[in-house]
Amino acid sequence: MTDPRIHARFHLDWPGFALDVDLDLPGRGVTALFGPSGSGKTTLLRCIAGLERAPGAYLGFDGEVWQDGDRFVPTHRRPLGYVFQEASLFPHLTVRRNLEYGLKRVPARERRVPLDHAIDLLGIGHLLERRPERLSGGERQRVGIARALALGPRILLMDEPLAALDLKRKQEILPYLERLHEALEIPILYVTHAPDEVAHLADHLVVMEEGRVLASGPLTETLARIDLPIRLGEDAGVVLDAVVAERDAEWKLACVEFAGGRFWTRDSGAELGRHVRVRVLARDVSLSLEPHGGTSIQNILPGTVAEIGDDSHPALALVRLQIGASPMLARLTKRSAAALGLHPGMNLWVQVKAVALIG
Amino acid sequence: MLTPGDLSAIRLTLELATLTTALLLLIGTPIAWWLARTRSWLKAPVGAVVALPLVLPPTVIGFYLLVVLGPNGPIGQLTQALGLGLLPFTFWGLVAASVLYSMPFVVQPLQNAFEAIGDRPLEAAATLRASPLDCFFTVVLPLARPGYLTAAILGFAHTVGEFGVVLMIGGNIPEETRVVSVQIYDHVEALEYTQAHWLSAGMLVFSFVVLLALYAFNPDRRRP
Repeated sequence: MTDPRIHARFHLDWPGFALDVDLDLPGRGVTALFGPSGSGKTTLLRCIAGLERAPGAYLGFDGEVWQDGDRFVPTHRRPLGYVFQEASLFPHLTVRRNLEYGLKRVPARERRVPLDHAIDLLGIGHLLERRPERLSGGERQRVGIARALALGPRILLMDEPLAALDLKRKQEILPYLERLHEALEIPILYVTHAPDEVAHLADHLVVMEEGRVLASGPLTETLARIDLPIRLGEDAGVVLDAVVAERDAEWKLACVEFAGGRFWTRDSGAELGRHVRVRVLARDVSLSLEPHGGTSIQNILPGTVAEIGDDSHPALALVRLQIGASPMLARLTKRSAAALGLHPGMNLWVQVKAVALIG
Repeated sequence: MLTPGDLSAIRLTLELATLTTALLLLIGTPIAWWLARTRSWLKAPVGAVVALPLVLPPTVIGFYLLVVLGPNGPIGQLTQALGLGLLPFTFWGLVAASVLYSMPFVVQPLQNAFEAIGDRPLEAAATLRASPLDCFFTVVLPLARPGYLTAAILGFAHTVGEFGVVLMIGGNIPEETRVVSVQIYDHVEALEYTQAHWLSAGMLVFSFVVLLALYAFNPDRRRP
């Protein structure tokens, strides 16, 4: 891993719950802590923030030691920003005073994000004189995020910031989070159990279950692991970073380019040059020895078999493919795999039936 | 109408209640904060001790205070050693007794107010770089303001209304410990019913106004 700036080692033994984690996390981009409820992801985040005190733990951040043995830097001395699941604004202060609360306590030279910038980024300029009780859930959460950002933190911790919101509010905030992702240099630890948030936002994925880490690595590679197929929602599949390279007005299609090739997909209106993500599910990928003509499938790419593994059903195999620099997963029956004579290193044609454009 | 003795008793009562309330808000805040936040097993015993004046006859409290503050009691010997003399049958003795006697009426509303705030605002303040003390003054105090109002009103009113403890520890010394409730008792003993009426009716109106204010300021609470 490049630039491992966060090292966290926590052991907690509570009645009915244990946390046992030893993690290196990147100092850039969005790291999603993903897992079902009760998997310990929020507890881990609270330990990192110092809101929970785990004895005997170690926490290093960016060359500083926040916790080690008897050393414990209290939360208010850690240069972090924290966004709670419910915005947790101070009800006795206006939005502006809420935003200024943390700002006033940070020395001027540490204010990396000007308040105006945070206000613009979250689109809350028109709410400044209101009281929190007069805001909608989505607005409140945006203020909570801006309040954390305005501190100019060196790391942003977000605990399921969208979980308390309905779908509409969620879709209202997600674009702001994507802007944040692009605009900020600091690492973001993002706790979620929602697959679509991972697909939209994560660069690095940590999968948790029952207080332990199942997998940790860059998003695409981690999703492409066949020893541990991670289902983001309904099915195994990968998420790839791509750029809109071409738009076909006649057929309402857009062409996106990723590290390994290009896909045609339905045009969702993203302008040329825009960074997008595409999601390719294993069940939508089939394999062929010939570059067929005469098929309805538009996206046919040359690839290599990297690894073949078992899937959830004994009749099925999960195949990890390499297409240029990008991995991809395909699901097929073991009989098809045998008929094609699949083996690692084999070159073949990858047919992708459906590509979902996200973000 | 009111005699000079009545006026003196009223002045003394207001002084006593004001001082007691101020002291109780100062002393009661850390006690209530501790009771609201602690997970120690001591919480229940300390809570029970604070609540004792709610159930004990005032004479019991007054009796033990006399013993403890008296010439042979531990605190009495301390106050003598410090050159303060003895507290029983003085105004300051009354203040000390009132602080103990009215303690639950201040601590309990404060404790409820602190508990109602919960952990989250404190955690949010900590992530916004506020030290615990900073957080107490900028988040907890403003959020607990209704609790402070209730505590102050109840502490004040309860001190004004006390009688048994005053009689035990304060005696009945004009200008020093003769408060309104004792003055009324004296009037009745002396069959001065008109005087007793004036003061009693005054207390009745005062108490009603206080409670009215309490319920008006805290409209959504069933009980103070």
